[in-house]
Amino acid sequence: MSSSQDQALAGAIFEETALLTVGDLSRMCAVEERHIVEFVEEGVLSVVEINTPEWRFSGTALRRARLALRLERDLELNLAGVALALDLMEELQTLRRELNARR
Amino acid sequence: MEFKDYYKVMGVARDATETQIKQAYRKLARKYHPDVSKEKDAEARFKEVGEAYEVLKSAEKRAAYDQLGQGHSAGKDFRPPPDWGAGFEFSGAGARDSDHSDFFESLFGARARSGSGNRSGAFHSGRGEDHHAKVLLDLDATLRGGARQLTLRVPELDAEGRLAFKERVLNVQVPKGILAGQNIRLAGQGARAAAESTPGDLFIEVEFQPHPLYRVDGRDLYLDLPVAPWEAALGATVKTPTPAGTVDLKIPAASHAGSKLRLKGRGIPASPPGDFYVVLQIALPAAGDEKAKAAYAAMAAALPFNPRATLGV
Repeated sequence: MSSSQDQALAGAIFEETALLTVGDLSRMCAVEERHIVEFVEEGVLSVVEINTPEWRFSGTALRRARLALRLERDLELNLAGVALALDLMEELQTLRRELNARR
Repeated sequence: MEFKDYYKVMGVARDATETQIKQAYRKLARKYHPDVSKEKDAEARFKEVGEAYEVLKSAEKRAAYDQLGQGHSAGKDFRPPPDWGAGFEFSGAGARDSDHSDFFESLFGARARSGSGNRSGAFHSGRGEDHHAKVLLDLDATLRGGARQLTLRVPELDAEGRLAFKERVLNVQVPKGILAGQNIRLAGQGARAAAESTPGDLFIEVEFQPHPLYRVDGRDLYLDLPVAPWEAALGATVKTPTPAGTVDLKIPAASHAGSKLRLKGRGIPASPPGDFYVVLQIALPAAGDEKAKAAYAAMAAALPFNPRATLGV
């Protein structure tokens, strides 16, 4: 497929613009809404604090939810295990980045 | 097509129990999971292990594989007999959405892939799936923004319903200020469910190539700036490269190696923008000639200085 040089596709930074509903996340991850709700209950995902009757998630939730689903499926982890793994992976990433910046 | 020895891939005996296979899988999956592993080829190994497990954990697939596997060894050319598969019914339960090897698909068919049905289909009535890709960008792309030619590997089903990878070249306007780990969302550039349906979106996750001068930490940038001992000791104004061009940087007197100077808002132009940190490094002039040696000797005579004082010696 060739795309013309003159016309570049413009996209937005998803993490900064998106405000997602349970339905959005469920569709984007191709899982049932119930699964997203369980993610919130187990602390895998956190809800953005804004004044809407419905839950809203920031754009970073998509990456986290997809990662959680992969861990759940591929490593056969339960949700508590996924939540722990995600927290540890995040901490590891922070440490790696700090190490890299101070190297 | 090469014959794949799934028992060898999993490192289990041909008469391994279900429990042993499960244990082997869990161990290997943790070792090679692309989200976790630092091993080279983790992704390829993980797929191989996943495929092997998918066959060996299912009694029906394992039986079929065992029957077929007699007389074949790994790496040798292999072609399934024409009537193969008769007498077995594959439920496809536990199918993964990863791509299988040709070997796997010749045995269990491409349809086994979309088997379980609750991961795809059903949820996007009339709307195509979103696609996700990862790209490695130069740091300039986020500092200045601008169009970049991106080459993505896109999985596609061919005429026989088999999964193949196609290269897709996209000219994308990179949003200024995007950070590593964030996604560019291109609306309507994902898959189509059907010809006339609404296509899904394309998410491109960004990582940066190492920059020759700057290190990246989130939205902040770091630069190691070499200064002469007298510049650090007495203070000086020195030329410093920054993403926005060369600036005159004031080094305060009594700075030392590792001193960090912050240029607020001069990091990655995200919202809010990151900072630019200059980390001082003391560069020593070579004592190459007599004049330089004399200068060092004069300094040694003039300064009562023990650089190892903190070591207690």
